[in-house]
Amino acid sequence: MPVISLNVNGKTVSVDADPATPVLWVLREHLNLVGTKYGCGVAQCGACTIHLNGNAVRSCQLPVSAVGKNAITTIEGLSENGDHPVQKAWIEQDVAQCGYCQTGQIMTATALLKSNPNPTDAQIEASMSGNICRCGTYLRIKEAIKTAAKQM
Amino acid sequence: MEKTKTDYNRRAFLKSTFLAGGGMMISFSGLAKLSLDDKINPADLPADWHELTGYIKITSDNIIKIFNPNPEFGQNVMTSLPMIVAEELDVDWKKVVVEMGPHDNVKLGPQFTGGSNSVRMYWKPLRDAGAAARNMLLTAAAQTWNVPVEELTTKGGMIYHEKTGKSGTYGEFASKAAGVPIPKDVKLKDVKNFTVVRNSQKNVEGLKIVTGKPLFGLDYTQEGTLIAMIQHPPAFGMKVKSFDASETLKMPGIKDVFTLKLYEDGFEQAGFDTRTFNDLLVVVGNTTWQVMNARKKLKVSWEPKGDTKDTMAGRNGKREVVVPGALESTATHFAKMKEYAAKPAQLLRKDGDPETAFKNAAKVLERTYNAPFLAHNCMEPMNCFAHVTDEKALIVGPHQAAGWIEPTLSKVLNLPADKIDMQITRMGGGFGLRAYGHTFVEAALISRKVKAPVKLVYTREDDMTYGIYRPMYTATYRAAFDANKNLIAFHVKGGGIPEHPIHANRFPAGAVDNYLAEGWEIPSNITIGAFRAPRSNFNAAAEQSFLDEVAEVMGKDPIEFRLELLKRAKENPVGKNNEYDADRYAEVLKLVKEKSGWGSAANKQYSRGVAAYFCHNSYAAHVVDIVKKDGQPFVERVTSAVDCGIVINPDAAVNMVQGCVVDGIGNALYGELTFKDGVPEKNNFTRYRMIRHREAPKKIDVHFVQNEINPTGLGEPPFPPIFAAVANALYKSEKKRFYNQPFSTEFQKKS
Repeated sequence: MPVISLNVNGKTVSVDADPATPVLWVLREHLNLVGTKYGCGVAQCGACTIHLNGNAVRSCQLPVSAVGKNAITTIEGLSENGDHPVQKAWIEQDVAQCGYCQTGQIMTATALLKSNPNPTDAQIEASMSGNICRCGTYLRIKEAIKTAAKQM
Repeated sequence: MEKTKTDYNRRAFLKSTFLAGGGMMISFSGLAKLSLDDKINPADLPADWHELTGYIKITSDNIIKIFNPNPEFGQNVMTSLPMIVAEELDVDWKKVVVEMGPHDNVKLGPQFTGGSNSVRMYWKPLRDAGAAARNMLLTAAAQTWNVPVEELTTKGGMIYHEKTGKSGTYGEFASKAAGVPIPKDVKLKDVKNFTVVRNSQKNVEGLKIVTGKPLFGLDYTQEGTLIAMIQHPPAFGMKVKSFDASETLKMPGIKDVFTLKLYEDGFEQAGFDTRTFNDLLVVVGNTTWQVMNARKKLKVSWEPKGDTKDTMAGRNGKREVVVPGALESTATHFAKMKEYAAKPAQLLRKDGDPETAFKNAAKVLERTYNAPFLAHNCMEPMNCFAHVTDEKALIVGPHQAAGWIEPTLSKVLNLPADKIDMQITRMGGGFGLRAYGHTFVEAALISRKVKAPVKLVYTREDDMTYGIYRPMYTATYRAAFDANKNLIAFHVKGGGIPEHPIHANRFPAGAVDNYLAEGWEIPSNITIGAFRAPRSNFNAAAEQSFLDEVAEVMGKDPIEFRLELLKRAKENPVGKNNEYDADRYAEVLKLVKEKSGWGSAANKQYSRGVAAYFCHNSYAAHVVDIVKKDGQPFVERVTSAVDCGIVINPDAAVNMVQGCVVDGIGNALYGELTFKDGVPEKNNFTRYRMIRHREAPKKIDVHFVQNEINPTGLGEPPFPPIFAAVANALYKSEKKRFYNQPFSTEFQKKS
C-alpha cells in the first residue's frame, strides 16, 4: 500500500493505506483520532464531520487519496484544551446526552459560524439538518450555536 | 430527617476499608435491597467483603472520588448518581472526581441501565453510603478533638467544631474514619436542605465529549486488534447454505473467513440472550475498511432455515418455543393481524359486565390503531471488543447490563465468571437494544476462534437489518355510551407480532365500571425486544388518541374529561391492581393545562393536542402545538409536565424530557421498518427517516411537579404520550384522525 502524506491538525503525518480508504477510517484506525465518529458510512448522519480547509465535509465519503495538500481539522484539532467557543458553548448549554454525535455536530456548527458568524434560526436549522441526533438534543444544539456566536 | 438502616439480612452492606497511602473507602452493595433484579440472590453474597472496592474514596490529601455504579447511555447517570452520594456526604460537588465503576454486581449492585430504573434503584443505597461515610468522618474527628460528635457540623467537605473553633478537611480524618465501625443506622438529610441534588450540575463528561475523547465502545482498541464483521442472512428466516470466500481471502488485510454457531443446540437462553441469526459467517481482517470491502466479495448461498426451536430458560424450568421459518412481509403481517383480531383472545382484565353494557349501549365508538416495527438506530452502531484465550476473557463494550450477559459468556466460553473481565464503555445510545447480549457473545466467540483480540463492528446496514426491533402492534378500542352520552364501558383488544402491547391495569382501568382488556400474539422470526418504554410507547399512542375521540363524542374538553375519569378512579376505583396514582396523574394534566395556556384565546393560531401517560412509575403530559409550514403540519411548540418525584439534576432532566419529545415526534411521524419476504426494506438513513434539526419543535417548555417523593423514572415516561399528543394535534390541523404510524405517510400523500 502506498504511503500517503496528510496535513492533520496542523501536523504532517504519513499513513500506509489503500488510497480509496475514507478519511474517517484513516483518522480512526491509522491515526487513532477517534473523536471523528462512524454513524452511517453514507454521508447521511454527519457523525464523521471534519473540516477540510475549514469547510465541513463528511469524512466517510472522502477517499484519503483525494485530500492532497488540503488541511484536515478534526475535533481533536479544534482547540488545544477544549476551549474553542463552540466547545465551551456546548458545555455551557449542557447539550450532550449519549454524546456520540456531538463531535460531528460541533464540527458542522464551527464551519457554519466561520462562514456566517451570526446565523438566523433558519440558517442554523438548514446547516445542522445533516447531523442526526437520536437523543433529540437539537434545541440545545441551536442554543449552543447562538451562545458561541456571541463569543466569537 | 429520615433514619435508615445500614445492614440487611444480618450482613452489613456498607463496608469501610483503609486506603493504601492513607484515606478511606466506603463501599456497599445495594443489591440486597432490590427486588427488581432476580438474577442475584442476596444469600449468595460472599461472607467476607473486605476486598470490596467502593463508591467513595477519600484520600488523606482530601481527594474525594465517587464511582458511578451504573452504565451510561445518555441518561446522565455519570453525573446524577454521584450527585446523590455527594449530597449526603456533604462535599463540594465542584471538587468531586467522578469515575465509572468497574463491572461488578457484587460490589456495585445491579448495574443495569433500563426501565428508567437507574436513579430509582440507586437512590437509597447511594444516600446511605454518603451518609454513613459522613457519619464515620464525624466520629473520627470527635475522637481526635475529644469533643462530642453532636457538636460537629460539616460543610463542603470540611468538619467544624464551633465551640473550639477547630476545623479540618475530610481527608485529614479519612484514615481514622476507615477504622470506625459502620454505624448501625444513619440519618439522611432533609430533602429541603439539599444543596447538590435538585440543583443543576453540568455533565461530568462534558469536556471529554466535546473534545472527542475515546469514550465509546467503537473507540476502544488494543495493540494487535483485528476487525471482524458478520455477514448475516439477507432475510429473517434464512441461513447460510454454503459460501465461497476465495475472492474475499485474496483481498488485502484479510485474515480469515469462517462460520460459527452463536449457541449450540438446546442452549438455554435467558431473557436477554435473544438470537436473530445463529449461524454466523465471519470475515476477519486488519482494518474496518478492508473487512467492509472484502466482505462484499463473498459468494454466499442462503437457504430458508425452516421452523426452529428456541430453548428458553425460566424460573419454572426451561421451555421450548417454536420460531416459524416462513419469510414474512408487512402486507401479510397486516392481513394476519386482522385475522387474529377477529378471533377470541386472552382475557387480561375484566371489571363489571362489559358485554351487556356494549349490547345495551346507545352508541359505540370503535377505532383501530396500528404501529410498525421500529429499528433502534443508536448513533453508535453495535460493536464489542473481545480478547478470549483458553484461560480468560477480556470483553469491552457498550452494554446496558453486563451482569446479564456474563453468565451467558461464562456458559458459551466455558470459563468461570471470575475469569471474564467485562468493562463497560459509555454507550452511543441504547434505547433498550443494548440490553441484549448477542453482539458480545459473537465477539467473544470470534476472538477465541482467531486467537487474537478482536473488535466486532456492525456497519449501519448490519445494525439496522440485524435488529431486535420494537414489535409491530395493533389495538382496537371500543367505548360504549348511554343515551346521555355517558361512558359506560371500555374495551381494548390488542395484539402484536410477536407480543401484545396491553397493560391491562393502567388508566382508564379503574375509572370505568365495565372494562375489558384482551391480548393476542402472532409468532414470528423477526426478533423483537425492549425499545424506549416498551409497549407503553404504543399503548399511549393508541389509548390517548382514542380518549381524545371519546371526549369529543361526549362533547367534553379532553383534559376535563380525563380529570373526571381520574376523579372517579381516585374516589371510587373500579377493580383491583390499578397501577397508577390518580392524584399524580391528574396533577400533570393540571400542570400542563396551566403552563400551556390550554383554552386561552392567545393560542388560537395553534392546532393543539394533549395526551398523558403513566409508565415506569412516573407521569407525563404534553400539549403539542402544530402550525402549517410550507403547507405541511409542523410541531412548533410543546409544553410538557412531568412527575418523576424528586428531580436530581433539573437542567439535565429538562434535556431528557426534550429529547423524549423530539425522539417521540420523530418516531411518530417517520419511524417505520417494513419487511418483504423476510428482508428489512430499510438499511440506512437514506431510507430510514430520522427526525432532523429543522423538524424539531422550536420550543419545548418542560415543567416538573415539585414534590418530595423518592425519584422514579425519567428516560422513558415522557416518550409514549408525545405520540398521541401529536396525533391529537394533527386531527385539529388536518381535520382527520390519524390511526396508523408513521403519521407523515398520510399527510404527505395528501399534499
